[in-house]
Amino acid sequence: MSTSSTVLSLTDAHKIYRTGEVEVHALRGVSLEIKRGEFVAVMGPSGSGKSTMMNVIGCLDRLTRGRYILDGIDVSTMSKNDLADTRNTKIGFVFQSFNLIPRTSALSNVELPMVYAGLSPAVRRERARQALESVGLAEKGNSLPNQLSGGQQQRVALARAIASEPALILADEPTGALDSRTAEEIMKIFQQLNRERGITIVIVTHEPDIALHALRLVRFKDGLIQEDRKILPEDDILSLQHPLEAAHS
Amino acid sequence: MRFIDIQKMAVHALGKNKIQTALTMLGIVIGVSAVIAMVSLGQGAQKLVEDQVAGMGTNVLQIQGGNGNFTGGARQGADQGQSLTEGDVEAIKQLPPVRLVTPIAQAQGQFVFGNQNWQTRVEGSNENNLEIRGWRLDSGDFFSENDVRTAARVVVLGKTVANTLFPGSDPIDQTIRIRNLPYRVIGVLAAKGQSAQGQDQDDTAMMPYTTVQKKMLGAALPRINRIAVSAVSSQATTAAKDQITTLLRDRHGIRANQQDDFRVNNLTEVAEAAQQTTAVMTMLLGSIAAVSLLVGGIGIMNIMLVSVTERTREIGIRMAIGSRGSYIRMQFLAESIILCMLGGLIGVVFGVGLSLGIAHYMSWPSYIDPKAATIAFLFSAVTGIFFGYYPAHKAASLDPIEALRYE
Repeated sequence: MSTSSTVLSLTDAHKIYRTGEVEVHALRGVSLEIKRGEFVAVMGPSGSGKSTMMNVIGCLDRLTRGRYILDGIDVSTMSKNDLADTRNTKIGFVFQSFNLIPRTSALSNVELPMVYAGLSPAVRRERARQALESVGLAEKGNSLPNQLSGGQQQRVALARAIASEPALILADEPTGALDSRTAEEIMKIFQQLNRERGITIVIVTHEPDIALHALRLVRFKDGLIQEDRKILPEDDILSLQHPLEAAHS
Repeated sequence: MRFIDIQKMAVHALGKNKIQTALTMLGIVIGVSAVIAMVSLGQGAQKLVEDQVAGMGTNVLQIQGGNGNFTGGARQGADQGQSLTEGDVEAIKQLPPVRLVTPIAQAQGQFVFGNQNWQTRVEGSNENNLEIRGWRLDSGDFFSENDVRTAARVVVLGKTVANTLFPGSDPIDQTIRIRNLPYRVIGVLAAKGQSAQGQDQDDTAMMPYTTVQKKMLGAALPRINRIAVSAVSSQATTAAKDQITTLLRDRHGIRANQQDDFRVNNLTEVAEAAQQTTAVMTMLLGSIAAVSLLVGGIGIMNIMLVSVTERTREIGIRMAIGSRGSYIRMQFLAESIILCMLGGLIGVVFGVGLSLGIAHYMSWPSYIDPKAATIAFLFSAVTGIFFGYYPAHKAASLDPIEALRYE
């Protein structure tokens, strides 16, 4: 059994959306296993099912059919409240648009998941401070989101994601709203967290140069995994581009 | 999640939008202060009536002699309207529902002391009048049974008369002159203020009725204008009225087809009617004010709904990082309850101030009912729960994926 080292496993995952008469088959039987300490880049064109899969992995959405086991727990049949608690303790989210709570200090934002976890103020404050320090923002705890640059905001979001020591960090286009230099900085922090602290990271991205920072590539197409391989040192932007996209350019 | 953190979150959220919070609260503030002001205004009026009722004396019946509606004028005596006698007084005293009785003889006179003088009315009675009419003494004594028997020239002054004739000095044991006869001042009545009709009740003086009859008026026939009766209880006033009517008709030899030559007024009935009227008025004012509190509550609901829509994305973030729907619901509910309770508290302060101000301006007795204040405050809290629940529930029911996508 490899359960101890497996963070998540999807088995024959199906997701069907019904909008009126129309049925959209977003996932058509995806099976995926991610082990502890992996750094996975999920790529694929829009409508390929990668966002749906992220929602499922992030416990924001439930499968229509199939099994999803996160950190040894079967999530497929959980109630809404249990899903919320699972998101709270097992998953750290990083979004494209940072998604910090407005007019609330960076420190309070980082603390927030631990508030919902019911931790005492002293404990969560200390952990929040450490998390901010590990993303290099120890000095900015009292700043409000609108006083921070985009890169700084994303680093606060990262601190929020790692503060409660989740099993998995899920990042949805984390550099989509940043310029390339800042994007590079953020990706360096992701790499550092992955290498030095063994945090499991799954990143959804369009951009091959972002995906290059990861260790494994999962490419979606039409609700199925089209490609799943290691990212090798000799890979470059061109080799990570989708074959079809590459042909066009 | 810890309960205290929910409250802190709610307070923080309210603090982010101070103007919106203040304006929303204003509805509740106005509602609560209106309820308190209206109710205490009504109760002030009620207390005013009660005071006046108490001023009439306890369980008082008044018998007025000389009903003017004689048919054919057959029973009209030498003195017009003169139909009550001392015999009537003695007979009424024997009735079981009657506690105290006094004949009342009235006169007017010019009171003179030194270079001061004052025209006032004099009420002659027996020694029971003070108790029957619910008066109190400010200083000195009331006249005794002996004074009544001997028609002593003693007088008890009303406050206004005492103040006018004796500005800044003690009237007790001073001698004043009325119609050229000296009278000794033995007491001063405590002030009663204005009557319901706006008369100065303190512009009066009291003497033994015998003194009024013999010394002041000196008329051939001793005249009794009225008889004042105090019944044993307020329930007994009706029985007393009936028995007195029967007794006097018998004593005056009135036949079944003839009208009474007297009139018995039950002041307790009048008082109760007046009290009921003001109680209804209080209810009415209170309910009108309660409507404004309701409107304030609807305002809260409206703002909370807007706030939920405005903060859809924030709700999505909170849910994504692990807030249960119930925590979101509690946070929004806490916001509206805190809003309402704070508004209620400010409303109580405003309402009390407002009613004190109105009472002062209208020179009414200010009466703040702690019960009305408590109810208005609790009602504002209930308003918060009632009108906050739907928006809070709406927030809690959002789908996190949809909410995160909301721009």
